[in-house]
Amino acid sequence: MKILVCISHVPDTTSKINFTDNDTNFDTNGVQFVINPYDEFVLTRAMWFKEKQGAAITVVNVGSASTESTLRKALAIGADNAIRVNADPKDGMSVAKEIAAVAKDGGYDLILAGKESSDYNGQMVPGMVAALLNYNFVNGCVQMDVDGTSVSATREIDGGSESLQTSLPLVVGGQKGIVEESDLRIPNMRGITMARKKPLSVLESTNPDNATNSVSFEKPAPKGAVKLVDAENIDELINLLHNEAKVI
Amino acid sequence: MSVLVYASSSDGKFKKSAFEVVSYGKKVAEELGTKLITLTINVNDATELQNYGADTIVSVNNAALNEFNAKEYASVIQQVAESKESKVVVIDSSIDGIYVGPLVSVALNAGYASNVVDAPSSTNPFVVKRKAFSNKGFNNTEITTENKVIGLAKNSFGIHENPVTASVENFEASVSELGVKSTGIDKAVGKVTIADADVVVSAGRGLKGPENWGMVEELADILGAATACSKPVSDLGWRPHGEHVGQTGKPVATNLYIAIGISGAIQHLAGINASKVKVVINTDPEAPFFKAADYGIVGDAFEVVPNLISKLKDFKAQNS
Repeated sequence: MKILVCISHVPDTTSKINFTDNDTNFDTNGVQFVINPYDEFVLTRAMWFKEKQGAAITVVNVGSASTESTLRKALAIGADNAIRVNADPKDGMSVAKEIAAVAKDGGYDLILAGKESSDYNGQMVPGMVAALLNYNFVNGCVQMDVDGTSVSATREIDGGSESLQTSLPLVVGGQKGIVEESDLRIPNMRGITMARKKPLSVLESTNPDNATNSVSFEKPAPKGAVKLVDAENIDELINLLHNEAKVI
Repeated sequence: MSVLVYASSSDGKFKKSAFEVVSYGKKVAEELGTKLITLTINVNDATELQNYGADTIVSVNNAALNEFNAKEYASVIQQVAESKESKVVVIDSSIDGIYVGPLVSVALNAGYASNVVDAPSSTNPFVVKRKAFSNKGFNNTEITTENKVIGLAKNSFGIHENPVTASVENFEASVSELGVKSTGIDKAVGKVTIADADVVVSAGRGLKGPENWGMVEELADILGAATACSKPVSDLGWRPHGEHVGQTGKPVATNLYIAIGISGAIQHLAGINASKVKVVINTDPEAPFFKAADYGIVGDAFEVVPNLISKLKDFKAQNS
């Protein structure tokens, strides 16, 4: 089985989010970049397939040279080779078109991606890739097994889960549950050493059109200070929630 | 030219989010000076949507669509959008809405903005504000394509009554072969889900053990709330994974979020920050949650929560 895992290069969750150039760009100053947490789950699932059933894993990112450290980390975790599409990602649609082009050329059976990236939270790239390739698509996937070309999967639904039956080729938008958090792989020294020798190829962009433009950024309005209520004065809390916040 | 809203439903009845997306669609239609068309799939009585401004209700009834299937639903939305020459399609941010949105976007060759929180700030150019950086920022996004798809963030625009008289028409949608088949649904019956709830009561490790969740459930019950928990609690197996809210768990965008014995790690706050009013109950006055909350009580949950339950019962008795 040939697996393509889409890796997004995102600010660490604890990063301070600031904007620059008159609020038109994200300020990367002092920001640590990591593998998108949602992608870590699907990459670990890909490793499980590789070890238990045999699979070759390619990781792909659409980005500038600065994202290669993140791809090397994915190689250190255990991917076999990496592809960077040399492009400045403009929106979900253009990224999906770049990934679809890579997937088409590579003849992958299974394309795994986190259901969203923790930077733009668009939740759109996996579905767009599936639609562009006309592959089957499972989103919000919390469990999956592959037997030959047939796939059983579970996705999260409001208030529960749904069991699904589908087949390869398949695109999956995965999340926690596809592997447990305690099973996430962390690169070890041997992995890091080996990753340096693994192939990382740079492909030229196919220059797809983007469908949206970022105009500007805003920060949320500053929040007022918390109103503390005495633990002995629950009536005051109920009064505030009823008359001030009007939520009960 | 028209605006099309997909009004989602379950078991023949509209979900609450349907009224919010229809309200939003009406606003966009007014700004564009055009009609609002609403699409319903297997809904028994769709006329309710005219209370929120639906000029036309397109009703699709087909037993093959009884269970949600993203590809099929996307195809139906596409067929109606093309037939009605809809240039803007609005979909909710439910789990199913997010599944179907990108498929509709590719099918209509449309730019797609998801997690949109407000009416377009301008329609030419067409600019919408959407959430980004896990609720730590917003991005104003211009959709440059002729066709546009908007995913409306939950509980962002609100439900606005706007009574009109709608024309109702049936639409014969063609349904093709399913690539992904549902083989079963596992769902707690009669429980308020985190997605539908107006109030969420959430608890963390401060509760010391799963045996102490009775008071959380009782509090939730009184408020008609869903129960939720922090990540350590689901990792420890005290509560099911489906209750984990936070960055890698379920997002919460509710009117009232009550956090009991949760310190407020940044990953937790990222997942619940879109909630409108946050109340924290914690013994530790230095807990980071107090910085993110609107109201706080420094105190022992085992004393505060039973007291809150008893006072809320009195309050409900007086106000019902």
